Amino acid sequence: MSPLDNTYEKQFKVIGTRPPRPDGIEKVTGKAQYGADLYVPDMLYAKILRSPHPHAKIISIDTSEAEKLDGVKAVITSKDFSKFSENKPSDTLVNCIAHEKALYDGHCVAAVAALSNTIAKSALKLINVEYEILPHVTDVDEAMKTDSPIVNKGYVLENVPKGFSENVTSYYEFGHGDLDNGFNNADLIVERTFKTEAAHQGYIEPHACLASMTPDGKADLWCCTQGHYNVRALCADIMGMESSQLRVTPSEIGGGFGGKTTIFIEPIALALSLKSGKPVKLVMTRDEVFKATGPTVSSSMDVKIGMTKDGIITAGEAHLRYQGGAFPNGTVEMGAQSAFAAYDLKAVRTKGWNVLTNRPKQAAYRAPGAPQAIYAVESVVDELCQKLNLDPLEIRIKNAAKKGTKSSYGPTFDDIGLIATLEAAQKHPHYLAPLAENQGRGLSCGFWFNFGGDTCVTLNVNFDGTIGVTEGNPDIGGSRASISQMAAEELGISYDKVRTIIADTNSLGHNEVTDGSRVTFAVGLATIKAARAAIKEMCKRASLIWGIDEDAVRWENGSAIPAGPNAGQFDPMSIEEIAALSSQTGGPIAGHHEVNAEGAGVSFGVHLADVEVDKETGSTKVIRYTVFQDAGKAIHPSYVEGQMQGGAVQGIGWALNEEYIYGKDGRLQNAGFLDYRIPVASDLPMIEPVILEIPNPGHPYGVRGVGETSIVPPLAAINNAVSRATNIRFSELPLSPPKVLSSLKKELKDG
Amino acid sequence: MSQVHIKTKINGDNIEFLCDPEETLLDILRDKLHLTGTKEGCGTGDCGACSITLDGKLVCSCLVLGAEADNSEISTIEGMSNGEKLHPLQQKFLDHAALQCGVCTPGILVAAKSLLEKNPDPTESEVRYWLAGNLCRCTGYDKIIKAVLDAAKEMRG
Amino acid sequence: MVKVRIWGSLQKATDNKEFVEVEAQNFKQLLDNLSLKYPKLKPQITRGVSVAIDGMIYRNSWFTPIKPENEVVLMPYMVGG
Repeated sequence: MSPLDNTYEKQFKVIGTRPPRPDGIEKVTGKAQYGADLYVPDMLYAKILRSPHPHAKIISIDTSEAEKLDGVKAVITSKDFSKFSENKPSDTLVNCIAHEKALYDGHCVAAVAALSNTIAKSALKLINVEYEILPHVTDVDEAMKTDSPIVNKGYVLENVPKGFSENVTSYYEFGHGDLDNGFNNADLIVERTFKTEAAHQGYIEPHACLASMTPDGKADLWCCTQGHYNVRALCADIMGMESSQLRVTPSEIGGGFGGKTTIFIEPIALALSLKSGKPVKLVMTRDEVFKATGPTVSSSMDVKIGMTKDGIITAGEAHLRYQGGAFPNGTVEMGAQSAFAAYDLKAVRTKGWNVLTNRPKQAAYRAPGAPQAIYAVESVVDELCQKLNLDPLEIRIKNAAKKGTKSSYGPTFDDIGLIATLEAAQKHPHYLAPLAENQGRGLSCGFWFNFGGDTCVTLNVNFDGTIGVTEGNPDIGGSRASISQMAAEELGISYDKVRTIIADTNSLGHNEVTDGSRVTFAVGLATIKAARAAIKEMCKRASLIWGIDEDAVRWENGSAIPAGPNAGQFDPMSIEEIAALSSQTGGPIAGHHEVNAEGAGVSFGVHLADVEVDKETGSTKVIRYTVFQDAGKAIHPSYVEGQMQGGAVQGIGWALNEEYIYGKDGRLQNAGFLDYRIPVASDLPMIEPVILEIPNPGHPYGVRGVGETSIVPPLAAINNAVSRATNIRFSELPLSPPKVLSSLKKELKDG
Repeated sequence: MSQVHIKTKINGDNIEFLCDPEETLLDILRDKLHLTGTKEGCGTGDCGACSITLDGKLVCSCLVLGAEADNSEISTIEGMSNGEKLHPLQQKFLDHAALQCGVCTPGILVAAKSLLEKNPDPTESEVRYWLAGNLCRCTGYDKIIKAVLDAAKEMRG
Repeated sequence: MVKVRIWGSLQKATDNKEFVEVEAQNFKQLLDNLSLKYPKLKPQITRGVSVAIDGMIYRNSWFTPIKPENEVVLMPYMVGG
């Protein structure tokens, strides 16, 4: 794209305003239909039987008694899937339903469809599974040892160095410069080991779907997902179907944050529907969501950083060990590339190992892999500043990555907004506000890559001159509003003339999942291009009516006008007038655009957190929180703020309370919202968002993804705040009250 | 087991239904009456997505049995607006962009309405504690709290 | 010729060279010629690589042009949430 295509210098009329979202009234009146809200005639209810063992060979499954129960219409096990494909079952399928082994507590082993939920639940009790219990491992460091139980064989990539168990599946190393020399030049070196526990995405809507499959190989699937095209691809592969025969319609989605980018229950519902000959609805319980859908990786990390007395970072090194459950994942390489991205370093090296354990397969969660690594790095940077008595914000500005910096992951940065973001934090009253006793202020930078990907948009000009935009990305946080805004802006019409809908898989070409902070960027870009195509056609229609050359017409403020004095004297033709004559001038008018959008541009954020620690209980209260983030261009500022606030609070939860707790028996101890405690309203202050707008040259309006970066800084911001409030350096998350209290007591005892 | 015959008034309408003794009121509302605005987020009373009022009292409908609702008056999100006129809370949630995915929104609106009926002039802290039983994972609560406070102000006139 | 930077652990596949040179005018030719010249790169290229051209990351657009003066860095295929 030539830079001339970009219009981010111009004055916007619709972009930057805060119109009501098109799906708003449905959502405040309870009409919006989410995954579990669809009911169809003759529908069955399905339930899943799950393994109580973290690691066990499945000797046999006897379903005969369950099948005899009155009202049971189908029972399936992994055997029912073997007829769909001769290939080795994919990891995705084996994660949906255990084949030879149950690989984690809660792994699906069989499923039932019946006339009611009550009958289906009763039938599960009649299924008899014979297990041979195998030794298990849930801790990342244990799983790497050569004597560890092997979770899942055959996954070790050629790049893994020797000396580890077969659970280590891949290895990555990034960096540049002479580390030894760098550390030799340091006046102070801090080296620490950090741990983070797995956190769940915690969307309030459990996974749900409704499948109807017929013996001729056709199927309709309704489900809550971040990407129905991906659901189609994965399910079609598993069910041995052609993509065209599987129509997937996305419901409204009740949160995802990365956790609904893959499938868990959809093939089960499809197979039950095929076997029973009826539509089958399958809704997970919250317990199932915790046990069998993706949390994040848990991590164990060593970070070593050297600094001079005047605050120059001389070298940085990080070793990251991430476990992502029973199947391989690609998370540690993202962490290893992100860890030091905020810094301009002469010597930096990161190494990362991906590891298998008997836990559910990790799923993406906002900036997957980055929060853990950056938490460790930013905590050490803060400790160095504290020990050298340096201002942590000045030191970050001093060492900040900028245009021309050779990034820690390789490429040289072009224009990036980190220093501007840090300076915004420095100027903000929050940074110098006084703190009381037992209070501490923490600061952290965050980074994420963002991306674009495959995107299709069709923009139809209706006969009355209004616009229908059809896109293919489930709207997870108000994107229909921002897409409508971009269409309106480009066409020069008002927002309320545009309605954006999300198409099913058979109504539009392939769209990548709603992930990678890509929707406002990539769907927005395709919408603008589709609008430009429609404008070109409308100018052509005006030229036909006027009898002048097509090139002699241009578009301005929602109307076609003669391009200049030589084109002739004609009154502007509005979009309404052109649309009304579209049948007579050549037929309906539409624009469309299909693209693999590149050029998303990386993103930085800076968070400031004030906390107060109750020294009697170890409980931490966040008392002030400010988020600074570069949005490129905020299309609908309210939803940009929402992403910044929501991501920050998810990170606060991860830092303070959220964790997967496994017992020695390998079972998840806290599979519910009572014991897995996400932040509630009374835990929090207002979260102040400060949006910076440094245009991304890769988007016509300068848009940069904003969805993911906001979860990256809170882990270290909170850790640094608690560490400064207590004068104890913490290195394990979450900072739950018992953990903080025991450190406070130990400190008191040790004097 | 035979089913129980229950008579209720839901959002002002007389409604009768048959339910299994172990069926929750949430399952009745959704699966039998198809009032799907009331959501199930956990089934254990931890998330508040299924908030309704039962004889004026705010409850998690997943913790109430259908059979317990006999002769009671129930209000759900579907009864909150009056024809095409939204309740001020609903309007303020739209104005303040207080929802992202929107799945917790019905429960939060029902809970917030219940608060404002008891306390028309709550402080920020009172709103936060009243809504502490309603989980939202998207917004960080900021815009929700502002919307409730603004609606309260408008309703006080 | 295009000079390509290879990340640390992948340098095992390029005889421990951080920089390699191949003939390429676009992303696809880069991948094809890297696989030809350094067959040990092939497993990683098959699994997926992104390429950064003058700092801008491209995930898989084959016909993105590459010029000899560009800074070209191989990266693992991007994932997100």
